[in-house]
Amino acid sequence: MQRIVKPKTQRGRRALDKKDPKIFENSKNALMFKGGNTSQTVTQVLKDWHTLKKPNATLFSKKNATKPFEDQSSVEFFASKSDSSLFMFGSHSKKRPHNIVIGRLFDGQVLDMVEFGVTNFTSLQDFKTLKSATGIKPCLAVSGDFFEESDDNRRIKNLLIDFFRGPTVEKISLSGLEHVISITGANGKIYLRSYRILMKKSGSKVPRVELEAMGPAADLVLRRTRLASDDLFKRALKKPVTAKPKKKKNISRDDLGNKLGRIHMNTQAFDKLQVRKVKGLKRKKAEKEVNGTDDEAKKQKKEESTDA
Amino acid sequence: MAESMVEGKQSLVDTVLSKAQDQQLKTTNVENEELIELDEGNLLAVNENKTDTKDFKKKKETILLSLTRDATQALFNSLWKLPVEQKDGAYLITLPESKTWMPREKPVPKKKAPTKWEEYAKTKGILNKKKSRMVWDEPSQQYKPRWGYQRANDDTKDWVIEVPDNADPYEDQFEKRKTAKKERVAKNELQRLRNVARSQKKKVPGIGLAPTEKPSKDHLSKALAVAHKSTASIGKFTDRLPKEKPSKFTGKKRKFEPSIGNLGSEKEKQLKVLDSVSKKIPTINVTKAANRMLRQDEEKRAQDKQSRKTPKKVKGRKASLGLGKPGRQGGGNKKTRGKRKR
Repeated sequence: MQRIVKPKTQRGRRALDKKDPKIFENSKNALMFKGGNTSQTVTQVLKDWHTLKKPNATLFSKKNATKPFEDQSSVEFFASKSDSSLFMFGSHSKKRPHNIVIGRLFDGQVLDMVEFGVTNFTSLQDFKTLKSATGIKPCLAVSGDFFEESDDNRRIKNLLIDFFRGPTVEKISLSGLEHVISITGANGKIYLRSYRILMKKSGSKVPRVELEAMGPAADLVLRRTRLASDDLFKRALKKPVTAKPKKKKNISRDDLGNKLGRIHMNTQAFDKLQVRKVKGLKRKKAEKEVNGTDDEAKKQKKEESTDA
Repeated sequence: MAESMVEGKQSLVDTVLSKAQDQQLKTTNVENEELIELDEGNLLAVNENKTDTKDFKKKKETILLSLTRDATQALFNSLWKLPVEQKDGAYLITLPESKTWMPREKPVPKKKAPTKWEEYAKTKGILNKKKSRMVWDEPSQQYKPRWGYQRANDDTKDWVIEVPDNADPYEDQFEKRKTAKKERVAKNELQRLRNVARSQKKKVPGIGLAPTEKPSKDHLSKALAVAHKSTASIGKFTDRLPKEKPSKFTGKKRKFEPSIGNLGSEKEKQLKVLDSVSKKIPTINVTKAANRMLRQDEEKRAQDKQSRKTPKKVKGRKASLGLGKPGRQGGGNKKTRGKRKR
C-alpha cells in the first residue's frame, strides 16, 4: 500500500494495515448507533446485539440526528471511522415506531439497507437462562418460504446471513457449537430467535441436538428497503484470482491407490557420471591404440597408479 | 420354581435396561433431511419449506423451536462427517469454503505499480539478494543490526573523527556527517513520494531548482533565468550583460480571461455574487444544529444528575491537596477523562 504519509510507529503501521483492502479479508465489524429519537425497545435491541456480536461490534452511546434513508454520508463516515462494514441503526418516531435499519457497506459506500419494525421483543435479560460464550461463531437456521418469494427477499436473506454470521474461521472446535440463531420468514413477518445448543447422548457419534431459548427474540416487520443495483452487487461479489485454491501439479494416483509424483530433471551427461571403477570394464591396451594419444596418456597414468 | 423366578427376574431386568437405554439414546434423525440445504462454511442450514399458517398462529414458539432443531440437527449430521483433528484436547473440524456468495467489504487490492528502481532492475536482471539482519560490528565486538536503531558501523556515532588533509580545519566534521545523513533521508523521502505520484498518475508540481553542491551548466542557466524574472520590479528587469543571450527557460504560461467579449458569462458571474450577498437567510446546516441541540440536552441532563448527588467526602492525600468533587464540573465521558480542563 503506497501511502503519502508514512506511519511513524510500528503500531500505527499495523493499525493502518488492518484497515487496508486485502485478498483474504478480516471478519466484518458491525456498528450499532441511534437516531435522533429512540425508544427503550430499540436501545435494548442495539445493546443486546452488540453484546452478542462482541468483539466484532461497536456501539455508539450517543444519539445522532441522521436519517440513513435520506442521507448516507453520516453512516459512511461513522463506519469508516470505526472500520465497520455492517451497521444497525435504531430510531423511534410516530410514523415508524421501534425502527431498525440493518445494512452493509462496500468500499466505504452503502450497499444494501433494510428497514424493519420491531414488535414483540424479548431481551437477553428477560430470558433467565444460561447464555452461551461470547465471540463464538453461531449456527444459522433460515426457514420459511418468505425469502424465496422475490429477488429482493433473497437479497434480504443474504444481508441477514451476512449480518448474523459471526467471525470467519477456517477451523472450529466441535464443543464450540453452542449458539444457533434462527431466522424464519412466514406470514409476512420475520421471526428472529436465539437458542443455546445442548448436546445429548445419541446412538451414534453425532449428538442429539436439544435447544433452549436464550437470546434476544424479535418479530420483525419489513418496511422500506434500499438494495444495491445488480451490477454494483456483482462488483462487490468479485473474488480475487489468487484466492482460488491452487491445483497441485505432478501428483497423481494410480489405480492401485498409490501416490505417484513426477520429477523433472535437467539432462545429465551419463558418460561423465562419477561411478565406482570396475576393473573388468577398463579398456585394454589394444583398444587404447585405436582411440588416441591423450586418452592413452591418461589411461597409462591410471594403470600405473592402480598397479602401484 | 426357582427357574421361573430367575426367568421372571431376567425379564424384569431386560425391561428396566431397555427403558433406560431408550431414555438415554435419542435419535439424530431428521425428517426431510434432504430438503434442508446446508452451507457448512457459514454454519448455515436453509429450510425453504412452507410453514402451516393455521398451526403457526397457535403454537408459534414450539414450531419455531422444532424447525430450528431440525435444521441444526441436519447441520450437525453433516459437520460430524468433516475431517477432525485434535489440538490441545479439543476436537477441531476444518470448515470448507462457504457456498453462499457474500459481498466483500472492500474491493480487491490493486497491484502496486513498479517503482523506478524496480523497472530498472527488471530490465538489467538485477535480483534482490537477501541480506542478513545482523552484522558483526568490530568496535563493540558483537552482532548488531545492519540498519535501524543501534546499527553496526554507524558513522554518526563516532566519538573521534580524523580531519582529512584537504578539509577546512574550522569545519565541524560531526555536523558534516549529521547533515549528510539528513540529506540522504530527505532524498529517499522525495524519491518515495515521486514513486507514489507516478503510480497514482497524478500531476505533481515540479520541484523547480533543488539546491545542489555541484550545479550543472543546465542548472546554472535555469537558475539565472529564474533570478532574472524574480528580481524584476514593476516591469523593470535587470539589464542583461552585453553578450548574454535571452534564456530558453520561459517558465509556465498563465492564462487569463479576456476583458472584452463573452458578456453572457460575465453577467452570470456578477449575478451570482449579488445573489449570495442579497440572501437574507443564513445558510444553516440543519443536521449540525440538531446534533448540537441533542448534545446540549444530554450535557444538561448529566450536569443535573451530578449536582443532585451529595458531594463525596474527600480523605487523605486528596484532602491535603485541596481536591474535592464540589470544585469539579460535572459531565464527562471517556474522552474528557484524564484531560485537564482549559
